[in-house]
Amino acid sequence: MHIAEGFLPVAHCVAWYAVSTPFVVHGARRVIQQAKEHPESRLLLAAAGAFTFVLSSIKLPSVTGSSSHPTGTGLGAVLFRPPVMAFLSTIVLMFQALLLAHGGITTLGANVFSMGIAGPWVGFWFFTLSNRLGWNRNVGVFLAVALADLSTYLVTSFQLAFAFPDPVSGLGGSVAKFMGVFALSQIPLAIAEGLLGVLVFRLLTDVAKPELERLGVLKPTLVEQAVR
Amino acid sequence: MSRKAIVNWCLALAMVAVFAVSFLIGGKAAVNQENPDERFAGTDSKATSQIQEIDPSYEPWFSSVFQPGSGELESGLFALQAAIGGSILGFAVGAYWGRRRAEKAAVGAPSAPSGSPAPEAGS
Repeated sequence: MHIAEGFLPVAHCVAWYAVSTPFVVHGARRVIQQAKEHPESRLLLAAAGAFTFVLSSIKLPSVTGSSSHPTGTGLGAVLFRPPVMAFLSTIVLMFQALLLAHGGITTLGANVFSMGIAGPWVGFWFFTLSNRLGWNRNVGVFLAVALADLSTYLVTSFQLAFAFPDPVSGLGGSVAKFMGVFALSQIPLAIAEGLLGVLVFRLLTDVAKPELERLGVLKPTLVEQAVR
Repeated sequence: MSRKAIVNWCLALAMVAVFAVSFLIGGKAAVNQENPDERFAGTDSKATSQIQEIDPSYEPWFSSVFQPGSGELESGLFALQAAIGGSILGFAVGAYWGRRRAEKAAVGAPSAPSGSPAPEAGS
């Protein structure tokens, strides 16, 4: 989902920066607020950021014969709500743009929008929906993590199609072409990331239950039921 | 093995299975492509080629401020990124785990003779 440096027209770069900046600023405020008001959750915050840091660095094989990387943003969105992930993803993307020549400074706004804003919100919505429907929490976490990953790549497809509509088949044709590159490849990766997300979430509920209850991710009553 | 451990192992195995299947199917799909040398090429770079196919006249107007120089250096930096993330994640989980154990020991020791079933619940 990293749009390479210089591969978006100037107007698009500026526009995506303008769209993403308020989310990132708000996210940064939320991170500071979270760390100040709930110092006990700092380690968990670091863990959420680290999860994204690891996952977005690993390229994995996919069924289409190409390789792609997960995003790791869904877990943090479930734990700390999506704004926090806008800020954490920006740090990850800047690291990759500056040191790895992966993504870019000009395309940072667009990449932050897909990975740090759209993905986490989609994941969070599905987690909330699953909770409302009374589904098992593991299912909710799986959906959140997997769909945060997949939706990030779908958004990237649209971003590229807006910038490069096909001369013959137009915007729709271009969306189909970019989805052809991203979407199918990402499905198995999203499933695997979902499974890993559930595993890590279970690990965290094991060791940091009081913190998760304070964050409102776990309801104490449900946990008591689950334990018995 | 507790039910919790069995579920966790199943999750880990399912994840490995997804990649094994992806690798096998993907390996076959890659052989049929026009350039078999580019097996498992990154989707990010494929998107870049797609852009050049749609609009061959497009010139990237900015290039990376720093280039790692070679694929080997690049994968080293990616490994560094994974290592930084992995250490922080491991440290955080480890710190919580250690604290839980300390709490359990503190709670479990004095209340154990009273015969309440509560201390066993989390184990």
